[in-house]
Amino acid sequence: MRPLTERLRAFEWAPVRGVWRRELALFRRYWASSSFASLIEPTIWLLAFGFGFGALVGHVAGYRYVDFVGTGVVATATLFTSAFPGMFNTYIRRTYQHSYDAVLAAPVDVHEVVAGEASWIAVKSGVYSCAPILVALAFGLRPGVGVIAVPVVTVLTAAGFALFGVWTSTIVPSINSFDYIISGVLAPLFLVAGTFFPIGGLPGWAQTLAHVNPLYHCVELVRHAVFGFHPLADLGHVGALVVFAALMWLLAVRGMRRRLID
Amino acid sequence: MAIALRDVVKRYTDRDGTSIAAVDGLTLDVPDGVCLGLLGPNGAGKSTTMRLLTAQSLPDEGTIDVLGHEVPREAKQARALMGVVPQTDNLDEELTVRQNLEVFARLYRVPRAGLREAVGRALEVAHLTGRAETRVVNLSGGMRRRLLVARGLVHSPRLVLLDEPTVGLDPQVRADLWGLIAGLRASGVTVLMSTHYIEEAERLADTCALMSHGKVIADGSPAELIASHAGEHVEEHEGSPERLAEIEGLARRAGLPTRRTGPTVSVLRAEHIPSSLADTLADGGSNGHRILHRPANLEDVFVMLTGETVD
Ligand SMILES: Nc1ncnc2c1ncn2[C@@H]1O[C@H](COP(=O)(O)OP(=O)(O)OP(=O)(O)O)[C@@H](O)[C@H]1O
Ligand SMILES: [Mg+2]
Repeated sequence: MRPLTERLRAFEWAPVRGVWRRELALFRRYWASSSFASLIEPTIWLLAFGFGFGALVGHVAGYRYVDFVGTGVVATATLFTSAFPGMFNTYIRRTYQHSYDAVLAAPVDVHEVVAGEASWIAVKSGVYSCAPILVALAFGLRPGVGVIAVPVVTVLTAAGFALFGVWTSTIVPSINSFDYIISGVLAPLFLVAGTFFPIGGLPGWAQTLAHVNPLYHCVELVRHAVFGFHPLADLGHVGALVVFAALMWLLAVRGMRRRLID
Repeated sequence: MAIALRDVVKRYTDRDGTSIAAVDGLTLDVPDGVCLGLLGPNGAGKSTTMRLLTAQSLPDEGTIDVLGHEVPREAKQARALMGVVPQTDNLDEELTVRQNLEVFARLYRVPRAGLREAVGRALEVAHLTGRAETRVVNLSGGMRRRLLVARGLVHSPRLVLLDEPTVGLDPQVRADLWGLIAGLRASGVTVLMSTHYIEEAERLADTCALMSHGKVIADGSPAELIASHAGEHVEEHEGSPERLAEIEGLARRAGLPTRRTGPTVSVLRAEHIPSSLADTLADGGSNGHRILHRPANLEDVFVMLTGETVD
């Protein structure tokens, strides 16, 4: 075997596995509460909106309202379970725990740390975000076979938002400043994504805005996966999510490098 | 050479735009298998030097070579071969002792087959085998420090950077860590250890580099440093402030270095005190003036050269 130093490449999986190992060790402790929350929350949404609101609305954009919301909630779950850990976990680990300083003294580079953190969040968030579909089944959802593609969509979306969180964690001056990001960026994204009502009813400018909202593309893809793909449009939606994730990757790595290497 | 720094400069710019050179033209060699003590007062640039060696800080000028790898260009390779024990505790508090070691064994690419053994060895080194399943938040300060050291050794590195390894520890734990560092040295590992505990350097270091304002102002073995800067003997005078000021004046005029420590004035190179002066200095025993003769030590050198007091 060649000596270790000759085998080191610019991108290595070992650091990513290192991050995963840590997260899995923690996950073994909190999986029960996480899983409980991820099932209970969409149940409440569906009860409140699906039945409460659905009784008034009936059908929306050609779907039963409860189905419309059931699929929409997948996207909002993806947003919050990826952006929040991306922001808070990385901020806390960087500034309070100095964890990345420790890791970067080992043969690990900044982009590998970012890849490790973001991939873990993306997979966990992507998987958990499918829970609303399970709940919706109990509420009478009858999905097509495309439903098996939902996790792919949610993992891709979650990767983008996890990286968005990592990036913002490098630009906020303090942990309280996340309030601006949450109210100023995430809340509008959440509202103008076609989750609880179709964006068709919005004013023109808001509709335009929705098209640059990654969450909108996620919502569309999830609905189409469940009820039938629209190949051309969906290719565009996937493209938008890929571009979003790639852009966030560049910003997150650059931001972390600035903060960690002086 | 395990480490070679040449004319290295690292500047930091504050918010208000003022730039300070934390490392300012540093040239330093650490030969293979040597334990080098990097001594210096607060802010001398010791930690910055350590961070430059791992490329967590990037130099503005100069060249850095670590174990044959040019840093920062080949920093990843260099980092694979060294172990780092930072000044500030950055253990993963949520994980157990064993998990901390396992994660780092992974990061250091310890092969899967050797992982258990490497972790077991690190646990033993840190005397934490019985605490392997304890979460780090529940460890005492001394245990955390030992774990921090063990984490830097989990991959049996050839070179270890220790940044103030025993700061804030009780004497028992400190003695324990000293034993550990002495063991590393005995097994041929190269050690670069920063400290401002003089005793630590005297006991452990083969050679010392005294750092002040970002550069090395003196280096050599503790004995060489003492001989060339503080001489053999020291006369420590205790007495009234007026008398002490007088003694300082007399000694300086005779070309002998002095230093103040609390209520005493020490005259260094006491073996060179001319006999005429010796009588004058010794005179005045009436109003509580006392003289203590002792061998010169590294602390005398440190205080004399940096103008700082030490712990
Ligand atoms: N990231 C930074 N930004 C600005 N200034 C810095 C930074 N890191 C270090 N400095 C400054 O550089 C100088 C050297 O700091 P350094 O931490 O290397 O000293 P040290 O010898 O390790 O001191 P100590 O014994 O207190 O640990 C100090 O004046 C410090 O304020
Ligand atoms: Mg320091």
